[in-house]
Amino acid sequence: MHSEFTKMFELIIAASLINNFVFTKFLGLCIFFGVSKKMETAVGMSITFTAVMMLGAAANWLVFNKIMVPLDITFLKIIVFIGVIAGLVQASDTIMRKIAPALYYKLGIYLALISTNCIILAVPLENAAEHFSFVESLAFGLGSGIGFGLALVIMASIREKLELADVPAPFRGLPMAFIVTGLIALAFTGFSGLITI
Amino acid sequence: MAQATDITLWEAIKNGVIKDNTIFKLALSLCPSIAVTNSLKNGVYMGAAVLFVQTMVNITISAMRKVIHPKVRLPIFMLVISGWVTVVNMVMAAMAPDVYKEVGLYIQLIVAFASILARAEMFASKNNIRPSMYDGIGMGLGFLFALTVISFFRELVGKGALWGHPLINAKPLLILVLPAGGFLSVGILMALFNWLDARYSTGKTAGH
Repeated sequence: MHSEFTKMFELIIAASLINNFVFTKFLGLCIFFGVSKKMETAVGMSITFTAVMMLGAAANWLVFNKIMVPLDITFLKIIVFIGVIAGLVQASDTIMRKIAPALYYKLGIYLALISTNCIILAVPLENAAEHFSFVESLAFGLGSGIGFGLALVIMASIREKLELADVPAPFRGLPMAFIVTGLIALAFTGFSGLITI
Repeated sequence: MAQATDITLWEAIKNGVIKDNTIFKLALSLCPSIAVTNSLKNGVYMGAAVLFVQTMVNITISAMRKVIHPKVRLPIFMLVISGWVTVVNMVMAAMAPDVYKEVGLYIQLIVAFASILARAEMFASKNNIRPSMYDGIGMGLGFLFALTVISFFRELVGKGALWGHPLINAKPLLILVLPAGGFLSVGILMALFNWLDARYSTGKTAGH
């Protein structure tokens, strides 16, 4: 028997491990390669990302299902979602600076990077395409955030070691990062089939 | 107003394809370079969509550059970009439904391409319409070129086929069309470009 809770749990596992955004859908790669050089930035980025992703999923679900569907303007979803996310990021930037300056000092720089990131936009687009309910959308956002954080932390820990390795000259830098990501992705293929929804 | 650059179409193409190639040199907009390149057809369609959006965005921004207030320019750029992406999205869904089924999500995500916003900000908002159009065509062709090379390699080695037609009668390296193979092939191709670059010129290497 599938209760609401089991379904949510499955959704979180599916979004974070089986359909990991980075390794199976290749989203957010620019940020993934950009901030995975140091562990500290990777952790900060993952926390900010998960929070914004859930907020974005919730806000866009409300806008999509309560405003756009009744008005029959769902074809405008790309424009509207981008607008909602940009506004949301701007708002949380301002609120965080007032309420929690210490936290803002640590995580603020990541917020600015987020607004035009493809994962943040992909979550509400997927939610809309899959007709998820409000709670399911939230679970999907949380799972995607955890998955992205996991990918970042794994990658950062490997890249810190890679600094000491002797990599052939043409492979130095990004090409090697790509190869490493390919190998991790190969490992993540092992999760496919863990849960079937 | 910054100085207006006047470039020819040929110079713009050379710049976009070789010197500032979005994927191999600038390492921007990497998501689609892996996501849609498991077959040549998907890669070419995606590249064509980006070429169109980049050119139209450059033309629009350039035409509007005198009336956009500098303080609100980024939101306006985003609006223009998402407008053109919506156009491409709807055209693709209507004209090529089989391709759209696979690359649809990534077409919509062209909105979040750093490279398109960067060209609008760095070039189109400072230049006349004609050079901006050339710049858009050049950068778009560079992207199309990169996607074509990657997807050509992946479909040929991974499936032994091109554009859906089987060519090689041997057991293909299946891993290259799987997600993991995408990362591997882009890494290998990037290293190859670096190697060629270091061998034939003293240019900069990707990622640095």
